[in-house]
Amino acid sequence: MKSSYGENTLEYFPERCINCRRCTQVCPHQVFAEGADHAALVHPSDCMECGACALNCPVEAISVQSGVGCAWAMISAALRGKDMDTECSCGGGSDTCCGQAPDTIHDCQGK
Amino acid sequence: MNEQENQCNSVRSTATSSPSPCGCCQQVIQPAKIRSTTSIITSANRFDHALARFGWNRGGHRVEPGLYQLGKPDTESPVFASANYTLSFDALRSALNGRDSWILVLDTKGINVWCAAGKGTFGSDELVRRIEASGLASIVRHRKIIVPQLGAPGISWPEVLQRSGFTVEYGPVRAADLPEYLKTRTATPAMREVQFSLRDRLVLIPVELIHLVLPMVVAAAILFFLAGPVAAFASVAAVIAGTVLFPALLPFIPTRDFSTKGFILGTIVAIPFGVVFSGTLSLPLWADVSAGLIPLLVIPATTAYIALNFTGATTFTSRTGVKKEIFRYVPVIALMAGSGIVLGVILGISRLAGVI
Repeated sequence: MKSSYGENTLEYFPERCINCRRCTQVCPHQVFAEGADHAALVHPSDCMECGACALNCPVEAISVQSGVGCAWAMISAALRGKDMDTECSCGGGSDTCCGQAPDTIHDCQGK
Repeated sequence: MNEQENQCNSVRSTATSSPSPCGCCQQVIQPAKIRSTTSIITSANRFDHALARFGWNRGGHRVEPGLYQLGKPDTESPVFASANYTLSFDALRSALNGRDSWILVLDTKGINVWCAAGKGTFGSDELVRRIEASGLASIVRHRKIIVPQLGAPGISWPEVLQRSGFTVEYGPVRAADLPEYLKTRTATPAMREVQFSLRDRLVLIPVELIHLVLPMVVAAAILFFLAGPVAAFASVAAVIAGTVLFPALLPFIPTRDFSTKGFILGTIVAIPFGVVFSGTLSLPLWADVSAGLIPLLVIPATTAYIALNFTGATTFTSRTGVKKEIFRYVPVIALMAGSGIVLGVILGISRLAGVI
């Protein structure tokens, strides 16, 4: 069975890149690597769509539909009749989710 | 309450006499309060961390937002941004042991840096607001603020620069790498990469388990009275497989999708129960086969569902991928669990009716 994680919404337009290297600094999965005159997109399928690169690119050379890959949040949004894509990834309230993990752990299970 | 008033209220507690961002709260002239902190992690801190790990009072593990001084920082000392979640703040201040520094704590509602960045509470707006409210520009002479790399999904450095005059420097993923990072102010590729080590996964188990203890106990109690102790134990086994074995074994279970990993793990756990159920009651063949099939349908479905829900706790699943998984496998999970339950009901009725 083919993996569900092969494709994502990351798009890169190298012709716009000014080689500021911010994308290589912020990506937690080394999707981008430093290049001679522009950043190189080296591991596109490792992208988790956190959106850090696009938000920190000063020339809009990267686009990605950012969001949190959390089944619990999406299923509960769907069950409440909300849109799976636009609903706040973690339920929204201050006492809901994401509470227990340190900075290295991405926990958004707002159970 | 409109957006402006909101902003105004959040500024009120710590505002300096600098112009207010909203123009609606000129009466606020409290001096910016600078709090002191140390690098010492006390036993009370450790107890608080343990409670956080068990999901106790989620969202309640907070420190006051605002500017802190660690040691005796001066106008040249580095400034670090953090979240007002105790585990985040404590990781930072203990990593900065022996370094005079400023720590600017953003109000993330007690949520860690990465998740808060994903929600936008650890974001450009809050960072700019805290820089202004603390009067940071008059406290340090340089214009650099070191932000944890995982804050980047919420921070736009060009926007922060334009609005506050401060340049964002992205530090390493892990606070523990800061001493090494600060020697050269550059991060190695390893410092930039998020891991999901066995230890990282094991610390998540208590909270995963606690979320499902109540449903597990209820299911076990019902099954105990309807089908006996082995069936009750099967429900416990399914939940333990999903909440304990699955996180521990994650990278070693074949396939990349979480649901299929869960099916594999659940099937392995279900086989002994299938064997026991199909062979012990000396029923007619159809009933024996059905009894054996029930755990093989229900346990893998349960484990796969718990596994799918673990995606949000990991460090690498994309929204696109998780969504694809949901549409692919949730129907299969529902069908398996549903047919298992229907089979169980049929067997129960047949037994009561004296057919078997």
